[in-house]
Amino acid sequence: MNPVLLVIDWAFLLEKAILISVVIGLSLFIAMYETYAERKVAAFMQDRRGPNRAGPFGILQPLADGLKLFFKEEIVPNTANKFLFVLGPSLAMLTAMMTSAVIPWGSSVEVFGRQVNLQIADINIGVLFIFGVVSMGVYGIMIGGWASNNKFSLLAALRGASQVISYELPMGLSLISMLIITGSLKMSVIVGGQVDSIYYVLLNPLGFFIFLVCAFAECNRTPFDLPEAENELNFGYHQEYSSMKLGFYLFAEYINMFISSVVMATLFFGGYDIPFVSDAGLVESIGQNWTALIQCLVLFLKTGFFIFLFMWVRWTIPRFRYDQLMNLGWKVMIPLALVNMVLVSLLVLTGIIG
Amino acid sequence: MSITQVLFFFLSALALGSAVMVVISRNPVHSVLWLIITFFAISGHYFMLNAQFIAIVNIIVYAGAIMVLFLFVIMLMNLNAETEPQKNKWMKLAGVVSGGCLLLVMVAALKEAEVKGQTTEMVTGNIGLIKNLGQALFTQYVVPFEISSVLFLSAMVGTVLIGKKDAKEQN
Repeated sequence: MNPVLLVIDWAFLLEKAILISVVIGLSLFIAMYETYAERKVAAFMQDRRGPNRAGPFGILQPLADGLKLFFKEEIVPNTANKFLFVLGPSLAMLTAMMTSAVIPWGSSVEVFGRQVNLQIADINIGVLFIFGVVSMGVYGIMIGGWASNNKFSLLAALRGASQVISYELPMGLSLISMLIITGSLKMSVIVGGQVDSIYYVLLNPLGFFIFLVCAFAECNRTPFDLPEAENELNFGYHQEYSSMKLGFYLFAEYINMFISSVVMATLFFGGYDIPFVSDAGLVESIGQNWTALIQCLVLFLKTGFFIFLFMWVRWTIPRFRYDQLMNLGWKVMIPLALVNMVLVSLLVLTGIIG
Repeated sequence: MSITQVLFFFLSALALGSAVMVVISRNPVHSVLWLIITFFAISGHYFMLNAQFIAIVNIIVYAGAIMVLFLFVIMLMNLNAETEPQKNKWMKLAGVVSGGCLLLVMVAALKEAEVKGQTTEMVTGNIGLIKNLGQALFTQYVVPFEISSVLFLSAMVGTVLIGKKDAKEQN
């Protein structure tokens, strides 16, 4: 028995608890305003006005939507498996929130003479952790669709699961090509290699493209939103859901979108690095805390661009047919990712990049 | 008890309990979900041994991919507690007897094994970290590693061959 293990570092616990609450609160807030942004972007692209009644410019619309969902009647179908019916949306929400644990949101700040790293957990297997959580995300859809005891929901859930599994493979292969360049799975090392240096998207553009397409598929966004294809499957896997359980599913999609945008910005676009500015020089001139704040803002700007890209694509490209989706995944993306992996490893081996 | 011990006993109880639930659940979907919890508990054990890579790969491969396929098949075939064939009494008895025999043999075999004197490296060991694991796999164990990869490749080719429709049939 080791008495050292019983000593708990309260300051450390408090620091992490605050960080976790801030990150979760921020993801929920951003997901909320993503719904607003989506409707505004859609309106802009279709030459409409979008929501403009609740508050100035309709800025309170997400609050109104949330309240509406809370006040709706909670219906659990008679034939549904009660426990799993509730577990489905909870799992979808849980897995959506878990990825943010390994993202470095900025370098570090100094609070009361204590260095606080703006990353919840800098684990050795950062990238693989994200991948593991993403592969768990499919259970939310599958369990929800099956527990509804409805043929349409079940079909949509099976579609969703096979789609996510198919696109996980090229995503993993494009990540491998990234890891050959970085030489580490730690998120902090991956960002550190890009700070004040060249961004990995320039070294591995094809890998980024594959990752982007797979991220669209993993988030069930158009053009890959077949699990929710309303003209074929009524409403998709969440057909039987009402009230906030439906809200959880819809919300999880927006959180996923936010998190995958952050991951793309972190892996390929330098994370919190401020472009064209030397971060180390900035720390000397304006201090560490202000630099961290600017870094955070820069990361959110990069993320915002990707979120806009998600919406842009959604209102531009029509939905694929199911066999087209599978053909694209297995016959185009996987060979492309394999070729890219060999290419990158050859370039690294010959010392041209990396 | 230290935190490590508390975690160890909790994870062990979780793993064993959910493994038992896999066997005794009536509904096949519930069995699969219990099995996923078992995998998570085992991954927790790997984390306690500081084998982070194996832990996360266990989750990605088994809980994230293979169990999804299991669930997929069970949901597609729509197996329910009602449609599950009920074995007769003698079959159940035979199952209990043969399972008990296996348990007896394993207990007898492991009783004299050299595990009692050995202590596991809790948290401090670092062979499970990805760097050390990769080094060991690609230097010391490179031949078995490559042979198993060839095995996987042949299995994949075989699957595609079986899954492919007959060329004549298509025309």
